[in-house]
Amino acid sequence: MAMDIKGEYRISADRQTVWNALNDPEVLKRCIPGCESMEKEADGSYSARMLAKIGPVKAKFSTLISLSDVNPPESYVISGQGKGGPAGFGKGSAEVRLTEIGDQTQLNYSASMQVGGKLAQVGSRLVAGAARKYADDFFSRFVKDVSGDAQAPG
Amino acid sequence: MSATGIGAAVRRKEDYRFLTGNGRYLDDISLPNQSYAYFVRSPHAHATFTVGIEKAENAPGVIAVFTGADIVKAGLGGLICGWVITGKNGEPHKAPPHPLLAVDTVRHVGDPLAVVIAESYAQAKDAAETVEVDYQPKAAVTSPTAALDNSAPQVHADAPGNLCYDWEIGDKSATDAMFNKAHHVTKLELINNRLIPNAIEPRSAIGDYNSGTDEITLYTTSQNPHVARLVISAFVQLTPEHKLRVVAPDIGGGFGSKIFIYSEETVAAWAARELKRPVKWTAERSESFMTDAHGRDHVTHAELALDKSGKFLGMKVSTVANLGAYLSTFATCVPTYLYATLMQGQYTTEAIYCEVKAVFTHTTPVDALRGAGRPEATYVVERLVEQAAREMKMDASDLRKINFIPADAFPYQTQVALQYDSGNYAGSMDQALKLIDYKGFSKRKEQSKAEGKLRGVGFSAYIEACGIAPSAVVGSLGAGVGLYESAEIRFNPTGNVTVFTGSHSHGQGHETTFAQLVSDKLGVPFDNIDVVHGDTARIPFAMGTYGSRSLAVGGSAISKAIDKVIAKGRKIAAHTLEAAEEDIEFKDGNFTVKGTDRTMDIGAVAFAAYVPHNYPSDELEPGLDESAFYDPANFTFPAGTHACEVEVDPDTGVVDIVKWVAADDFGNIVNPMIVEGQVHGGVAHGIGQALLEGCQYAPDSGQLLTGSFMDYGMPRADVFPDIEVATQVTPCPHNPLGVKGCGEAGAIAAPAALVNAITDAIGASNITMPATPEKVWRALNAAG
Repeated sequence: MAMDIKGEYRISADRQTVWNALNDPEVLKRCIPGCESMEKEADGSYSARMLAKIGPVKAKFSTLISLSDVNPPESYVISGQGKGGPAGFGKGSAEVRLTEIGDQTQLNYSASMQVGGKLAQVGSRLVAGAARKYADDFFSRFVKDVSGDAQAPG
Repeated sequence: MSATGIGAAVRRKEDYRFLTGNGRYLDDISLPNQSYAYFVRSPHAHATFTVGIEKAENAPGVIAVFTGADIVKAGLGGLICGWVITGKNGEPHKAPPHPLLAVDTVRHVGDPLAVVIAESYAQAKDAAETVEVDYQPKAAVTSPTAALDNSAPQVHADAPGNLCYDWEIGDKSATDAMFNKAHHVTKLELINNRLIPNAIEPRSAIGDYNSGTDEITLYTTSQNPHVARLVISAFVQLTPEHKLRVVAPDIGGGFGSKIFIYSEETVAAWAARELKRPVKWTAERSESFMTDAHGRDHVTHAELALDKSGKFLGMKVSTVANLGAYLSTFATCVPTYLYATLMQGQYTTEAIYCEVKAVFTHTTPVDALRGAGRPEATYVVERLVEQAAREMKMDASDLRKINFIPADAFPYQTQVALQYDSGNYAGSMDQALKLIDYKGFSKRKEQSKAEGKLRGVGFSAYIEACGIAPSAVVGSLGAGVGLYESAEIRFNPTGNVTVFTGSHSHGQGHETTFAQLVSDKLGVPFDNIDVVHGDTARIPFAMGTYGSRSLAVGGSAISKAIDKVIAKGRKIAAHTLEAAEEDIEFKDGNFTVKGTDRTMDIGAVAFAAYVPHNYPSDELEPGLDESAFYDPANFTFPAGTHACEVEVDPDTGVVDIVKWVAADDFGNIVNPMIVEGQVHGGVAHGIGQALLEGCQYAPDSGQLLTGSFMDYGMPRADVFPDIEVATQVTPCPHNPLGVKGCGEAGAIAAPAALVNAITDAIGASNITMPATPEKVWRALNAAG
């Protein structure tokens, strides 16, 4: 099952700083909820281990994260594919766009997520909420990490 | 009638052990040195894959990891579908391979592709997480109608267009002619929602190999252990039949889902021999949801043509049936010979034509589930009839009555192959009308209205073909097996009796019903009779339990064996009592010389047979142990009318079932309490389908969304009213007991009755099951 999530954040930092942070594995690792490790692979993608919990299903995911349509310092598409063994799988991608607003930066994202296997079987009703929470958690941590100050307009 | 004989409401003798925790269900069995299996299953509805098992093989406690390639290497065959359907084009149905473990492609969520066997279940499960499967997901299709679309993803390369068969029955041109002269035509688009069987005991198996004798014993949750043995031996080719024993002990419900031969049990039996250790597997509830064969899943367009007076002239039905990703054991016959052949219903409809397209989708296989085809047929017929009455502004019970096959018209040849043997449909309808106080309905409706509620009444005059089935008939229709049943009555020297029956009991109460039958006919005390079933090493070759056949076919086999016991006993008594055989009367357990007080009870006869000191040894063998096979002459045709009343809350759409009456005709009845229980259970199943249950897949990804009890609505006690059961007895004319079968009736009758009542209450022509409060509310607000 698939779901689409959108969000918008205002960050007190210039666009290049935000862009750099978006491309910094250390920052990503700190901001991805449940991320235990993150390593850069030879082809420029990242492999990560994440602990995720949705409803009654808790599983470690080995995740492959890659960037595409990279257009510095404005936008990219970040995609992840996670295998959670018997818990099933999750995959998703988010288009992230940065706009300069004075000396601040506006971050817009539009993500779609898909889960399968046990995650969908026993957690389908919880997945939409959980996915939104994951996205919110990630971006609010990210905003804090970059600026130490987040304003998320309603 | 004695307190324990035929007709007595004897308490079920098996319940004491079930209710005190002394049942011996499959998972209660453990063998020394047993290992545990856990299956690696696809999380995708459709994908190609490669699999790496090295890590898992080296995980703690792991004994072996097997993949589909290992099964191929071992030379095992796949699973089969045992009924060949010949389509409109004269060709047999498409039967794509059904491997025990997927080799390179998975076709539904839950499709097994590897098995990990370890010292403990936890170790097997942990190790399964380390099996590395690289999936290449592909597009999936889950809806049966979408599967027929030209652009739909293909489930099997050798079933183009996802079509398994396109089949028809009935006279198309005669039916068209009837429609041409019709005064009125009623049309409905009907969906028969997909159900998940949800037996209380999950499927489970232990494979056990005896290297000394080269025998495999498979303990398994089966409704028909000999059929499992036959398929695993002859088609999977695991081992010859005489080297395979299949044991199905106490089983906690099946509803059809345990008829079929599945991958996991078969793999457990094979792996036990490979490893020379017992291998146990028990499904987790999630696995049951994903892999027990589902039921129903039809999309149907149906039309009924009527003349001015309301007589049914013709019926046209076109159905698309979802068979899932692979053909389960009897999948093909369910939407054809168990479905379309019931379109006559209880009526004299003059011409009928039904066509069925059966399709593959990326979903769990679909097969027989309580009623199997007949609930779908009853839903079509009874929804059409009720809707026609509304459109013709006629009373729904009157319209049925003018179209019923009259009680004196039997045997009645239907337009769709079956010949009904007996029935009194108007009798059951009258019984139902009286029980539900139909005359008082309009007053109750007013009362409900005053309380802000909408009241509706609905009928379902159902018929089913049960007592499955005459072997020659089903053989001519494509069945790969005969459908007789076997029995053996073994007297022990001390006079007590062991009855061996091919009918498997997994909730039906055979140990009681069959003991009543034997006690009644042989005069042996009820408590001195034990019924043995479910073990190929103990019972004669048998076909098992499904299609409400246990009493009609299995009971008739017992009856035939009883006759043989009496015939032999008569000879023994004649010798002992020094009388002519024809002068010996048998009554209430005593062999008596006619007109004298010289008598010998059957216990004494049994003793004489086993201690044959004074015995006609030149003409009789010692022992009192008789077996019989019974092949029915026809199906049986239980029928009746269920009626229910509902109150709908227009603010919330909640349906409250306020009254349910079941007026059934099951022929003769052995144990009325068990019959009533079976009707209650069946009605509960049908109410579940109509109000709550419905398997859902995400159409884009093929994920199973109703994969747990959180999301799949099982009916609970609070949705059921008191169910009033009344029976009428029109004995079956062709079996020795005059019985018809009762286990599926409620599930067949109930959905149509309930949806008829709901649509009556809310003034809608149709509502799709399950009629959840949301759907009812939306229908009400659309209608208003």
